[in-house]
Amino acid sequence: MSKSTLSRRGVLKSGAVAGAGLAVPTIFTGSSVSAFTNDPTGSSVTLGFNVPQTGPYADEGADELRAYELAVEHLNGGGDGGMMNTFSSKALEGAGILGKKVEFVTGDTQTKPDAARASARSMIEKDGAVMITGGSSSGVAVAVQALCQEAGIIFMAGLTHSNDTTGKDKKANGFRHFFNSYMSGAALAPILADRYGKDRKAYHLTADYNWGYTTEEAVRTSTEAMGWETVAAVKTPLAQTDFSSYVAPVLNSGADVLVLNHYGGNMVNSLTSAVQFGLRAAEANGKNFEIVVPLYSRLMARGAGKNVAGIFGSTNWHWSLENVGGAKYAGTNAFVQSFGQKYGFPPSQAAHTVYCQTLLYADAVQRAGSFNPCAVAEALEGYEFDGLGNGPTLYRAEDHQCFKDVLVVKGKENPENEFDLLEIVDVTPVEQVSYDASIFGGELGSCNPGA
Amino acid sequence: MFGLDKKDTSLLLIVAALVALAPIILNPFPEGSALAQFNAGYPDLMQRFVIFGIFAIGFNILFGLTGYLSFGHAAFLGAGSYAGMWMMKLLTINVIPAIIFSTIIAGVISLAIGWISLRRSGIYFSILTLAFAQMAFALAASVLTPITGGETGLQTNLNDPRVLPSFLGGGASADGNIPKPSLFGIEMSASFELPVGSWVWTFNWGYYICAVMMLLAFYLAIRVFRSPFGLMLKAVKSNQQRMNYTGLNTRPYMLACFVISGMYAGLAGGLMAAMDPQVGAERMQWTASGEVVLMTILGGVGTLIGPVLGAGLIKYFENIFSKINDNLLHQWFSFLPDGLENFMVTIIHPFIGKGWHLTLGLMFMGIVIFLPGGLVEGGQRIKAMFKGKKAEKATKTTPAE
Repeated sequence: MSKSTLSRRGVLKSGAVAGAGLAVPTIFTGSSVSAFTNDPTGSSVTLGFNVPQTGPYADEGADELRAYELAVEHLNGGGDGGMMNTFSSKALEGAGILGKKVEFVTGDTQTKPDAARASARSMIEKDGAVMITGGSSSGVAVAVQALCQEAGIIFMAGLTHSNDTTGKDKKANGFRHFFNSYMSGAALAPILADRYGKDRKAYHLTADYNWGYTTEEAVRTSTEAMGWETVAAVKTPLAQTDFSSYVAPVLNSGADVLVLNHYGGNMVNSLTSAVQFGLRAAEANGKNFEIVVPLYSRLMARGAGKNVAGIFGSTNWHWSLENVGGAKYAGTNAFVQSFGQKYGFPPSQAAHTVYCQTLLYADAVQRAGSFNPCAVAEALEGYEFDGLGNGPTLYRAEDHQCFKDVLVVKGKENPENEFDLLEIVDVTPVEQVSYDASIFGGELGSCNPGA
Repeated sequence: MFGLDKKDTSLLLIVAALVALAPIILNPFPEGSALAQFNAGYPDLMQRFVIFGIFAIGFNILFGLTGYLSFGHAAFLGAGSYAGMWMMKLLTINVIPAIIFSTIIAGVISLAIGWISLRRSGIYFSILTLAFAQMAFALAASVLTPITGGETGLQTNLNDPRVLPSFLGGGASADGNIPKPSLFGIEMSASFELPVGSWVWTFNWGYYICAVMMLLAFYLAIRVFRSPFGLMLKAVKSNQQRMNYTGLNTRPYMLACFVISGMYAGLAGGLMAAMDPQVGAERMQWTASGEVVLMTILGGVGTLIGPVLGAGLIKYFENIFSKINDNLLHQWFSFLPDGLENFMVTIIHPFIGKGWHLTLGLMFMGIVIFLPGGLVEGGQRIKAMFKGKKAEKATKTTPAE
């Protein structure tokens, strides 16, 4: 170093300044006193809607935001009330939550756990949000859920399909309405065995990340239990856009079914590639070659266009459910109507699940009579409800996962318009997709009210 | 003082004062007012300001002094974060081992990467570091999933071992929740709110710990800049070939500089993990490496304070502008007649919310074109404008010797 001037005066001066610097933070010890984090004291309550507005799932995020705005409108007594009219609980009266007007802040998760947490933290610390909801990928959901647990905030997960969200990474403050990989596998397997036979050989292409693994695992386990054989399971990088080198070896592998454990843009590209390679028209082992996509969404189907025709997959909800499945799924039409009236097109499953989550949270607060996360969690645990479009549903207390019927869908051969791309093949009843809460490990911990 | 000359001491003291008073300075608008949206004085963002400040200071030691443009610094940031997380999972929830270990691990990795990359200079060096960082990202995102948690990332868990005795922060917490990162029992998230009039100032423990680290890092950077070692690095920047011809082997200096810079990034990464116990692989992505380049250029390459300002500016945009939505715009312009209100909202809409990148991009272009020296040059010009005549006089009275 350049020079060192160690004089008595210099040392004293430096020491005094350093000491003062160190002393600054110690003045500010202690924390504010309140029963729980962000107790809404004014005439309004703030909810945080944390959705991807940029990045690969921006479409889903935009649709989620629309549904949130609709839910807030309905909670505050505006619009036609949507699913509040069909909801089995009548605690909500359209006068906000506990008489407080519902306001909201939005943020961009960028589909990155880091950015999502930054955005959620600013909602909690700056805007005083008492509940965070949203997200369109499991990595984000798991990250934000852990943050909410730490901060003492309720987290109502949006679109997240990995088993981990309510499995190994479950948290006492987090709740999920959406279904998961295990349920997809359990719902799909019987239908696949029924349509394609029990002596099939499957080839898996799996997106190389957490959700891909759990989905592959779920589909493998349940199809193998039906008598299928898994020839190979190949991982594909998440950022891959050209899947031709992965699809090329499939036909000569001895397999006669290709399972694409891909989501979003990945699925659009891999499916297109598979169709271009002529897999749909090919024959293997004396049978027609088939393709399966475990998790379907309308937005994906739109991206893949004509290629989805006749391909099976599962989904949490579809706007035509009440028309196909009957009055058991009441709420669907009410929601589709009020969403359609406001935005001019039917909602996606992402929009549906976040709308439900917002209503469920508001209802739980209303029934608990408090915004305290522990009281809300207690009101949601083991709660059975109906009329939110999925039929009778249970919020299981052991892992905070919703249990409801799962839809098996197939791409329409001749879609009438860009929203009418999927057709419901069957609805797998909830008993068939239920599982023991302990199979994925993880601990819920105890509820954290923060503060 | 501190072995610095007068000018540097006053710079350090000014920075220290700004950092200490940040919770007040960054909250200029009263709570509940329409402009409160622009307040940045909440713990998360303040922590980010200083942590990315450290990251950018470290990057500037390499880029500013030697001119070697590394496109792979995010790898060190991420490695530091993972190392810090593992310390908090295995040893103790106390942040000190996490911070120390993250710096060391980043140092080791930067030694390895630097040793190879520094065989080339210029664009080849940049590409090499970029390749290494992308490799690190790919490893973290998939191959090393058992260590990094893959795409879901790494978090503290209830059943982590935390082997140290409980008075040092080991073991589980009493209330059945995951323990929060702390410093001898003081939680990083603990803060003290001080309402003054219609303002609320939040003084957060974690922020002040980061702030102290940042001041130390800043001080060390000044010392490096002013040292013979720093002079050697500047010589490398001006003409490395000439240095070599004089018989000087510059590689040890370059490697030392690269490692110091990597350790700064590791320190920043460790602090990030300590403030918010979650690490994801995307922290290592090339966009994160690019971000620190932007921060440094935006603030002023080769200046001491510039990178910190640049880091603050980018983080401010990312966190504040991205949160403005159309509803807020409608509120702001509600005084205008309906047609005009909608018109204004339509015009501004692309620049807010998800369009914050666009705003930042435009500003970046503006600064690079009109202020090549970054924000620091802007500050100097304003200063010169104010004391224009004085400055002229001063130069006249001190003729060159």
